[in-house]
Amino acid sequence: MDGRRYTLILIVLIVASIYVIRIFSLQVVSSYWSDRGTALTEKEVVVYPSRGVIYDRNLKVLVTSQTVYDLMVLPKDVVPFDTAKFCDITNLTLKELKAILKKAVTYPNVKYKPSPVIKQMKPEEYAPIAGELYQFKGFYAQARTLRVYPEKAGALLLGDVGEVTKALMEKYPEYKKGDYIGLSGIEKAYENELRGQRGIKYVFRDNLGVERQVANGTLDIKAIEGTHVVSSIDAELQKYGEKLLQNKRGCVVAIEPNTGEILAMVSSPTFDPNLLLGRARGKNFLALSRDKQKPLFNRVTQAQYRPGSIFKIAQSLTALQLGAITKETRIVCNRGIIGCHGSHSNDDLEMAIVHSCNPYFRGVLQRVVEAGRVKGSRNKDAHVGLGIWREQMMKFGFGTNLNTDIPGVKKGMVPSPEYYDRAYGKESWNFSTIYSISIGEGEMLVTPIQMCNLACIVANKGFYYSPHTVRSVGIGGKARPEFLEKHDVGVNAEYFDVVISAMEKVVGPGGTANGAKLQDIVICGKTGTVQNEPRKDHSVFVCFAPKENPKIALAVYVENCGFGGTWAAPIASLMIEQYLNGEVKNLDREKHILEQNFLNQ
Amino acid sequence: MSKNRNTSVVGPVDWTVIGIWIFFVVFGWMTIYSAAYDSEHPMPFDFAKEYGKQMMWIGISVILAIFTLYVEGDFFAKFAWVIYGFFVLLLMLVLVIGKEVNGAKAWFGIGSFGIQPSEFSKIGVGLVLAKYIASIGGGQLKNHRSRLVSAAIIGLPAGLILLQPDVGSLLTFVAFIFVMYREGLSGNVLIVGFAAILFGVLSIVSGASTANIPFYGEQSGVWVLIIVIGILMLLTLLYARNFIPPRNRRKMYVLVTVGAIAASSFSYSVSYIVDNILEKHHKERIYVMLSLPVERKDADYNAEMAKITVGMGGVFGKGWLDGPMTQNNYVPEQWTDFIFSAVAEEWGFLGSLILIGTYVYLIIRLMFIADRQRSEFSRVYGYCVAFIFFMHFLINIGMVIGLAPIIGIPLPFFSYGGSSLMAFTLLLFIMIRLDSERWSVLK
Repeated sequence: MDGRRYTLILIVLIVASIYVIRIFSLQVVSSYWSDRGTALTEKEVVVYPSRGVIYDRNLKVLVTSQTVYDLMVLPKDVVPFDTAKFCDITNLTLKELKAILKKAVTYPNVKYKPSPVIKQMKPEEYAPIAGELYQFKGFYAQARTLRVYPEKAGALLLGDVGEVTKALMEKYPEYKKGDYIGLSGIEKAYENELRGQRGIKYVFRDNLGVERQVANGTLDIKAIEGTHVVSSIDAELQKYGEKLLQNKRGCVVAIEPNTGEILAMVSSPTFDPNLLLGRARGKNFLALSRDKQKPLFNRVTQAQYRPGSIFKIAQSLTALQLGAITKETRIVCNRGIIGCHGSHSNDDLEMAIVHSCNPYFRGVLQRVVEAGRVKGSRNKDAHVGLGIWREQMMKFGFGTNLNTDIPGVKKGMVPSPEYYDRAYGKESWNFSTIYSISIGEGEMLVTPIQMCNLACIVANKGFYYSPHTVRSVGIGGKARPEFLEKHDVGVNAEYFDVVISAMEKVVGPGGTANGAKLQDIVICGKTGTVQNEPRKDHSVFVCFAPKENPKIALAVYVENCGFGGTWAAPIASLMIEQYLNGEVKNLDREKHILEQNFLNQ
Repeated sequence: MSKNRNTSVVGPVDWTVIGIWIFFVVFGWMTIYSAAYDSEHPMPFDFAKEYGKQMMWIGISVILAIFTLYVEGDFFAKFAWVIYGFFVLLLMLVLVIGKEVNGAKAWFGIGSFGIQPSEFSKIGVGLVLAKYIASIGGGQLKNHRSRLVSAAIIGLPAGLILLQPDVGSLLTFVAFIFVMYREGLSGNVLIVGFAAILFGVLSIVSGASTANIPFYGEQSGVWVLIIVIGILMLLTLLYARNFIPPRNRRKMYVLVTVGAIAASSFSYSVSYIVDNILEKHHKERIYVMLSLPVERKDADYNAEMAKITVGMGGVFGKGWLDGPMTQNNYVPEQWTDFIFSAVAEEWGFLGSLILIGTYVYLIIRLMFIADRQRSEFSRVYGYCVAFIFFMHFLINIGMVIGLAPIIGIPLPFFSYGGSSLMAFTLLLFIMIRLDSERWSVLK
């Protein structure tokens, strides 16, 4: 009988061995079953990082994030539910709900990928839904953050964020559907810093679809918050600028000369950036983009105006540096070729700037361009001369994008000899053809930020930093390295004295911008009146202040309102007062500006 | 003298087996706690939860175990028939007043608890079988009469269980066939049993599809199997003569012919029963185990979930209370018949290996204990205990890992349930008691 005993033991051992082998194959050899289990029980939930906050230069919050909720549906998990109740809590109509559910399973959406039902609900909108959601299998809420603008200012400067489009996703494959991306302004320029890094949360899903943390969250990849960014903007100045330009078309840009930091960048008419938030965005964006006053157009960087009289500053400096004139050079105000205004006849450089003498600057440009570098051909002489002149203009930043951190900057236009070759035909032009650029008319185009930059160059006596909107990436950090780089314009410092002295007189007694005078601050400026036939002229003013150790440089453009000294100069003056003194005492001047409405001119 | 020893102290009990029992009960309870864990009722004594109730059953079982150790071994031999009769009576009674659970009248409902007499009836069968085989002397099941009597002893409660119907419990009665084999039943019974399983599986697999047979049209695939058996038979008859000495040939012809006919008719019968007599869900369970296509989409849900849960364990397991499948209730009522999946997920391959190793060790240890008995009664009973555990181990774990159909029987000492825990404890401790007396029993 012992043999049988061993037979039985053998049977037991064989069965046990088969089982052990089978378990080994289920658990260790093959990952098929554990993969299925993982797929069943674990879910990766994307954790959106909160986007970095944008501060003003005094660490006042300009843009921050607010949590909103997207109600999502995963069609494969949906079981028949009480649609009436669902509509009741979500405020959808049955028809809308049906359309949404149909869309969720219609290509390119598929039933095993979540689709949105209601996007960007505010916490107070989501709260009543949250408690009821468990009854509706396959529906869930996903939190994400939205931008809010507590100062309600600087819409174009700060820019906006929106869901990535298909085109953007193709360009930046690291973005996935549903991600948000900066579309304009600082949001776009500093996207990489602001956006942070998405995290992943692993959750268990039980047989009822209820979720729990996996391994106490130790496997989760934390979302990395976006880096905060300190803008160079002074929120008070920005808001004040927007206030002054209310009911006017135009722009103001203010830059700190010795750093290149943009203190304010106002383009008017403007709008409350909060309009482009959340679900109302689509509608409001459309309305803004159709507005005839073009509120979405950033005039500071995108409007290209003929520079007008303020360009005489650049002409003077160029001519002095090239040795075409000295500050003592006098030119007769011969109004036969080109018109002028005021009573003067034979000014030197300083007074010519103060009087904005057109014939003087025609003469100046002639000495620059037609310097007899090439003998025998006026055209060839002008060809070479204009090339030299243009090179200097480009050093001032004209015709360049200034390497700012503002997306979509226009370069303006400094006509080149080749341009005139194309326009008039080779060898068929000379100085007489192109002299109108001497007074900033003709083909010359500049943007307000370039003009403001010119004011900075004068204030600094020969150099500038690329204008930028962010002074520090991270609180206590630095600006991007390119903004710490000094750009020398190649004009000797001593040549600036005469220009500065003239600009001081412009705002002084009898100057064209006397109405902008301040009691305690010496402003150096230059008015301009840009012809704009058949409509009224643009009023333009560039300046810096104070004269000694300048703290702020400005360019002010007010469209279709008339003479530069009348409107643009007082606005600049008020801005300077606001920025340097922290308060405005010239209330009459302020009232006068605020009451004007040039929108319909 | 011997009497003194038996009553004064519990004799030289086999502490190894008791140790395994304690290990199983503790490990089992921990697994139930994990499988039924509810963070709102974390207290182990919460009677609203399975682990709380099981704690109570464990308490009762401990008392039963100690009590059993103090009962003289003679009692079980003397009262074997009474115990047997009592449980047969209960099996009859349960058919009348039993509570129907999952389509079977297998339970007496007492308040919120249920008692399953079939679990206990195995003790009665074991005792009576042991007593009978001991009584016919030499433990030899050689003649037809003794085999018939043994079959009847087993068959009566088995038949009553079939009436419930509880296929799972019925299958565990196969344990007694192993015992009978040990006591002299021809080894052919095992060969026939193995052949039956082989042809049963083949006929179900082939019967699951249809075949186009010339002149007969579309027929059940089982006919293909029968034709193959026939061809194999003819080939054997034609060629085997070359290898078999002439004096054995006649016997071989008869054996092959009878075997082939038996195999064919058995295959056909199995296929017929599966197709026409079995209830649909039984057929589905068999199909699921054999990986055959099933109509109902989620028919294999439990089997799939069990395998996934086992598969999640890996080598070292997810850790106690940390198995994602177990903690998230993917396996329905995991604390009962599918309890092994929780062990496998949370303790991994190593835990599974320890559990299986311990089970195998227990079974073989029980066989070893049985064989050291001088009393035939004790020996036969010991084998009964060993193979009842074996059958439960075979079917239950086989079911969880997808090697046996989904048949609801508990894994002894692990699965949640008072009846099974108490019945298995009694079963085991009677043997421990009998073993402790082995020196005092002459025959």
